[in-house]
Amino acid sequence: MQITVTVNGAERTVEVEPRLLLVHLLRDHLGLTGTHWGCDTSNCGTCVVWFDGTPVKSCTVLAAMADGHEVRTVEDLATADGLDPIQQAFSDHHGLQCGFCTPGMLMTGRWLLDRNPDPSEQEIREAISGQVCRCTGYQNIVRSVRAAAELSQVKGARA
Amino acid sequence: MSAGIDSITAAATTPRGYGPMRRKEDARFLRGKGHYLDDIRLPGMLHGAILRSPYAHAWITAIDTSAAEAHPKVHAVITGETLAGLGLAWMPTLSHDVQAVLATDKVRFQGQEVAFVVAEDRYAARDALGLIDVEYEPLTPVVDARKSLDPDAPLIRDDITGRTDNHIFDWEAGDAAATDEVFARADVVSSCDMVYPRTHPAPMETCGSIASMDPVTGKLTVYTTTQAPHAHRTVYALVAGLPEHKIQIISPDIGGGFGNKVGIYPGYVCAVVGSIVTGAPVKWVEDRSENLMSTSFARDYHMHGEIAATKDGTILGVRVKVLADHGAFNGTAQPSKMPAGLFHVFTGSYDLQAAHCAVTGVYTNKAPGGVAYACSFRITEAVYLIERLVDVLATDQGWDPAELRMNNLIRAEQFPYTTATGWEYDSGDYPQTLRLALQMVGYEELRREQAARRAAFERGEASELMGIGLSFFTEAVGAGPRKHMDILGLGMADGAELRVHPTGKAVLRLSCKSQGQGHETTFAQIVAEELGISPDDIEVVQGDTDQTPFGLGTYGSRSTPVSGAAAAVVARKVRERARIVAAAMLEVSPADLEWSKGSFHVKGDPSASKAMAEIAMAAHSDLELPEGVEGHLDATCVYNPPNLTYPCGGYVCVVDVDPGTGQVKVRRFVAVDDCGVRINPMVVEGQVHGGLADGIGMALMEVMAFDTDGNHLGASFMDYLLPTAVECPSWELGETVTPSPHHPIGAKGVGESATVGSPPAVVNAVLDAIGVRHADMPLTPAQVWRAMQGRPLRTDLAIG
Repeated sequence: MQITVTVNGAERTVEVEPRLLLVHLLRDHLGLTGTHWGCDTSNCGTCVVWFDGTPVKSCTVLAAMADGHEVRTVEDLATADGLDPIQQAFSDHHGLQCGFCTPGMLMTGRWLLDRNPDPSEQEIREAISGQVCRCTGYQNIVRSVRAAAELSQVKGARA
Repeated sequence: MSAGIDSITAAATTPRGYGPMRRKEDARFLRGKGHYLDDIRLPGMLHGAILRSPYAHAWITAIDTSAAEAHPKVHAVITGETLAGLGLAWMPTLSHDVQAVLATDKVRFQGQEVAFVVAEDRYAARDALGLIDVEYEPLTPVVDARKSLDPDAPLIRDDITGRTDNHIFDWEAGDAAATDEVFARADVVSSCDMVYPRTHPAPMETCGSIASMDPVTGKLTVYTTTQAPHAHRTVYALVAGLPEHKIQIISPDIGGGFGNKVGIYPGYVCAVVGSIVTGAPVKWVEDRSENLMSTSFARDYHMHGEIAATKDGTILGVRVKVLADHGAFNGTAQPSKMPAGLFHVFTGSYDLQAAHCAVTGVYTNKAPGGVAYACSFRITEAVYLIERLVDVLATDQGWDPAELRMNNLIRAEQFPYTTATGWEYDSGDYPQTLRLALQMVGYEELRREQAARRAAFERGEASELMGIGLSFFTEAVGAGPRKHMDILGLGMADGAELRVHPTGKAVLRLSCKSQGQGHETTFAQIVAEELGISPDDIEVVQGDTDQTPFGLGTYGSRSTPVSGAAAAVVARKVRERARIVAAAMLEVSPADLEWSKGSFHVKGDPSASKAMAEIAMAAHSDLELPEGVEGHLDATCVYNPPNLTYPCGGYVCVVDVDPGTGQVKVRRFVAVDDCGVRINPMVVEGQVHGGLADGIGMALMEVMAFDTDGNHLGASFMDYLLPTAVECPSWELGETVTPSPHHPIGAKGVGESATVGSPPAVVNAVLDAIGVRHADMPLTPAQVWRAMQGRPLRTDLAIG
């Protein structure tokens, strides 16, 4: 079947099997390998992308369901001007080690900050509680999201 | 000097050496531009998938692959019979056993590899698996390790001629007679049976491989998720009879390893055969269930420990018997001469008169493996044993566990300290480390709060109990001295190569391989510290056997102790060459020069100096050098560690437990680590954080249990529970620094310290809260509740 999905702002029309998972559409058909696959069962969250502006686990979304919808991936966070504040904060505060869960964490973190610019530590922990990181013990991810909130506020105040 | 440390942020400017610094590798990971195995697509690449056994133990009576072969997208179906024709049906393990690549006779664990399909895409390959018809004749499996040596236990390894039982090895360490003697004169003896259940490293990226055999040149290129690329190359050469110079192993970015990516798995070999058979590159990536069911598990130690002490609280000795469940093939990855790994470091951090352990390894109908999950070659098991035993002794005698530990720790002045089982601990100030942990957590105040809470609970005024758990661990990492340690006959020394380019930039080539530890940054900092150039100007190359010197890889916390030493030594060699070049430039004797960070200057005349960049250019120029001195600025070295390094740490965990539900909440976790000199403290802190989360996972959540039929009950992340952000507290870290006296930069390694040290602290805290002497991990709500009723579960089996 043919589907048309807006991925990172660009319309992409692709011929796919009806059973194709969104994560495989992104990775295997569109070459967007920043979105990872880690578990099959929606438990790990390495595959988190935005679907019409909301984080979803792309291993449990069919590509066909994205027909006519908008998908945003980690590749869309940085701009020509540089890193998104959340990316910068993850670097400053060692919010990543192996980097495998990072794209999902960044997408959820960005989504949280867009809705709650000043989240508490507990709100951050709950926001990422559907995602697993085996390296960081989460503390520096939480710090990074907090720091991104502060960074964004500083930038916002200057704008 | 010691202090509690707040979380460390990267320095605003790049340090010329040690210090917190943003990681160089982050730039690609943050943009989704990492290069992991499954991100790689080679032209014409095909996809493999493995058909696995649904049974734990069964004869294979027939395999019909015709329907799968007829699938329009299938290029090849490979069975054990195909492999037997190539002499590849069985492969050697890292423990001098053999393992079936694809089963030819019978299957010996649920999830064992039976057939391999190569197809045009990953979906088609999976479809074709369903078209293969395998007839099995089920056999009774051996599930309970404790029954594996019963006279009527089914024989698992009938493939080995002359074998009549499931016994693999007996091994012991320490002095049995001396230990019996201290037990005979001890005032008090406590004992405890404890199971360290089977767990799994479960890195977020599963294992996989892409094999590409060039039929013209005969060169085999294997992209694979390996922590030990050079060891893999040699093993491929030995297994397949391929010439080693025609094998290139490339380990791309790795999404976490934790020991899961040390071994060679059947899927890797199948991908190679698939490429040879089809003439195309073949990618194989396991799914999560395959990862949990078939690749290297961790632990599965059934331990009986005894601890002897005087009535005034001096610990005299420890005696241990272990039953080690190694699964269906003995495939543990550890130094060859040590079938129980480094378990005999179980005397821990205490000054004992005698100790002895006897370990028996057995086969069961479970997946092979056993040394993984940041265990430092079985030191997790050893630390858990001793730190539980000390708490059991304290409980039995009514002693304070902190005081009991403090009174028995090896004292600073006793280093170097030879343990009762023969280890020579290099350095440490254990009492200082423990004191700092107790001070940071506010131990006395917590004990008062606990007493008040318990009293309130008994009055019905509080709904939760609180517990305080300690552990003090000694790690033994940096394997290892060549005369003592090898893997499959390969000595555990690491090479390093350093070249300074004419413009003063440098490239460092390493044999080890990061799985997230940050080698590209940390190792650049080591060289930067020695040469006085910026870490940003040093490229670290790793993971490609065609590009890097030989060495055994990254596991057992060995990168910094071994390859880190190699990096420092090779940089010092380059610096000495630079001294000669600078002397020629300044027309003085090399002995007249002094090094101060980044440049050589004439003694007494700091104005006559040459910086490393100037020296580098001159070294490549027409500058006349003394007779016999080569030009350029490069060096190689092989570092053979004289001893292991011995990091240590004092950990305190505080929990609140709801006795009605058995729910445990980790309120605080204080971890004071001494890993010697810290190269990038920000990275060290991250390593500790991750290991502490592992401890929460193992102590409270993670287990791979089996039912009576040998069915794996933890084969997905719905069943094998990993800690998330809401189970983990904000870690509170502290540090003491006692440099390793034999390591070139005094560093000791820290990759596994917290994974090794944290589980007993969590378990001790929970049991302290509920007033139970012992219950096995994981302390799930059900287990806590059952333990409080005096009926703790046996968590490794779902039997009875």
